[in-house]
Amino acid sequence: MATVDLKDVRKVYAGGVEAVKGVSIAIPDKALCVLVGPSGCGKSTLLRMIAGLETISAGTCSIDGKVVNAIGPTERDIAMVFQNYALYPHMKVYDNMAYGLRNRGTPKDEIDKRVRATAQTLELEHLLERRPRELSGGQRQRVAMGRAIVRNPKVFLFDEPLSNLDAKLRGQMRVEIKSLQRKLGVTSVYVTHDQLEAMTLADVLVVMNAGLVEQLGAPLDIYEKPASTFVASFIGAPPMNLLPLRGGQLEDAITLPEVSGNATMIGFRPEDCEVGADGATSSDGLRLMARVDGVEPVGSESFLYCAAGGGKIVVRVAGRTEVLVGDQLPIFARREKLHFFGSDGKRV
Amino acid sequence: MSPRVVFPNKILPYLLVAPQLAITLVFFYWPASQALRQSMLREDPFGLSSKFVWFDNFKKVLSDPNYLNSIQVTAIFSVSVAAVAMGTALLLAVMAEKVVRSRNLYRTLMIWPYAVAPAIAGMLWLFLFNPSIGSLAYGLRWLGINWDPLLDGEHAMALVVAAASWKQISYNFLFFVAGLQAIPKTLIEAAAIDGAGENKRFWTIVFPLLAPTTFFLLVVNTVYAFFDTFGIIHAVTGGGPGKSTETLVYKVYNDGFVNLILGDSAAQSVILMVIVIALTAIQFRYVEKKVHYG
Repeated sequence: MATVDLKDVRKVYAGGVEAVKGVSIAIPDKALCVLVGPSGCGKSTLLRMIAGLETISAGTCSIDGKVVNAIGPTERDIAMVFQNYALYPHMKVYDNMAYGLRNRGTPKDEIDKRVRATAQTLELEHLLERRPRELSGGQRQRVAMGRAIVRNPKVFLFDEPLSNLDAKLRGQMRVEIKSLQRKLGVTSVYVTHDQLEAMTLADVLVVMNAGLVEQLGAPLDIYEKPASTFVASFIGAPPMNLLPLRGGQLEDAITLPEVSGNATMIGFRPEDCEVGADGATSSDGLRLMARVDGVEPVGSESFLYCAAGGGKIVVRVAGRTEVLVGDQLPIFARREKLHFFGSDGKRV
Repeated sequence: MSPRVVFPNKILPYLLVAPQLAITLVFFYWPASQALRQSMLREDPFGLSSKFVWFDNFKKVLSDPNYLNSIQVTAIFSVSVAAVAMGTALLLAVMAEKVVRSRNLYRTLMIWPYAVAPAIAGMLWLFLFNPSIGSLAYGLRWLGINWDPLLDGEHAMALVVAAASWKQISYNFLFFVAGLQAIPKTLIEAAAIDGAGENKRFWTIVFPLLAPTTFFLLVVNTVYAFFDTFGIIHAVTGGGPGKSTETLVYKVYNDGFVNLILGDSAAQSVILMVIVIALTAIQFRYVEKKVHYG
């Protein structure tokens, strides 16, 4: 129903702190765009600028092709789900959901129809007469979602909506948000610091750091080809192993493929490691000796925490493992699974 | 619950509360019981003897048109003071919230009038509105109002209401600022996104969430207007002109200490005491279990 276009958007706070330093993102219609990054990277500020809750210092924000810089949040026709849900505590669930419609002068019977329909979608019918304080965290979250959906806005904005839920509920709601967004086909911007949420929800994933976009693209593309060491270590859990190269050489390496360009950092994902793989040659990939410092069996997989190549690495092995702390192991990673980064942290 | 302290010595705890008990006994229970006794006594005109008349003083007081007038005056005065003081304070608190720069300076300035003694506040307003030398009185006359609080009862009432409210605004302001700060910002933002303009946000979100503060202040302001405004009335109008600003408390003073009708005055004090007890009961019942949202 709407596209969201950010062109060189900046935010400078009074006092000179620059929170967003020129961000350009084009979000296509019906897409779910996830902004992910560590705290303080400017992702929430960016979202609040799209919402109209923060003024835009420079650049333009357009919704549906129309520049909205000077338009207040009231007229932008967006809906937002807040981290703490921001439900009106003195209103019943029904009134919480009807509030936005009433403000826009929707006829009474139309409001009733829409609130009840939305309540049905979110399985909230039995809660309509309750007040927010009588609801559990998960239920409040659903009401907050309902309040956003019922208005049928051009754009949904989500500000870390799942961070106050327990892990199990978070997983459930993640799936639900995704399917709801698909069904309703409303362009959405979702802010999170959780890379798992980011990976699973996004059509367009934007990794932010220090007020700038580090990388923008489809989640799996970013996962497979991180543009910088920052993205490499932020996306993926556990993060990518990064080891320093000195003069094209790696400490403890038994075989090392030809290092591309002037790379100063070599990276490989924990799940791309194989233990053993004797007889591999340097054209096949990287092989190095690692000393096991810790073993974490999770059940379906185990993580080996090792010292190798002048740094620390994590190796994932499927299922159980017989490896013990203190063992010396040869670790192997295929040529095509290796990533190289330059001294500026960028991919080479 | 906090753990109870156990004293090894049986007498010590009583000794520790004794000073407070002594003060309460000497300065409250003793005079209160004196008032109660006095309210049932009637003195002869020369004050040489007194006789026990049961509730005759109460009957006399409650059927006295002057007393009924005083009740009416007090009601008008209290409602006006509470409304003006709370309305203005709320307006100022909302405005102060919006100030970005030197917000604390504004707040401090707003709180100062509370430090002014009632009689001085009264004198201040008396001068400002003095028909012959007052600058504000001059302004009123310029507006075409025949301002004369010394002869016109309504003008006199307006003057004491203004003085009494002015002093109370600071106190209310403090509580409203605290109340406003306690409202999460995201609620206001959510309402803005939900399409509510500034006015609508105030009346549908902010004002309802301030209700506990407002109710608390309503009780406090009523008690203030009833009992703490003696100094202002005494300094500004002395209950006049006629009896148009004679509140219940002022009448107690007038009848007892000026006209020396001790029995009547004591009966009035006892009635006032009952009113205070009732107001306090209301306060404890509703304010103590404040509405908690969230």
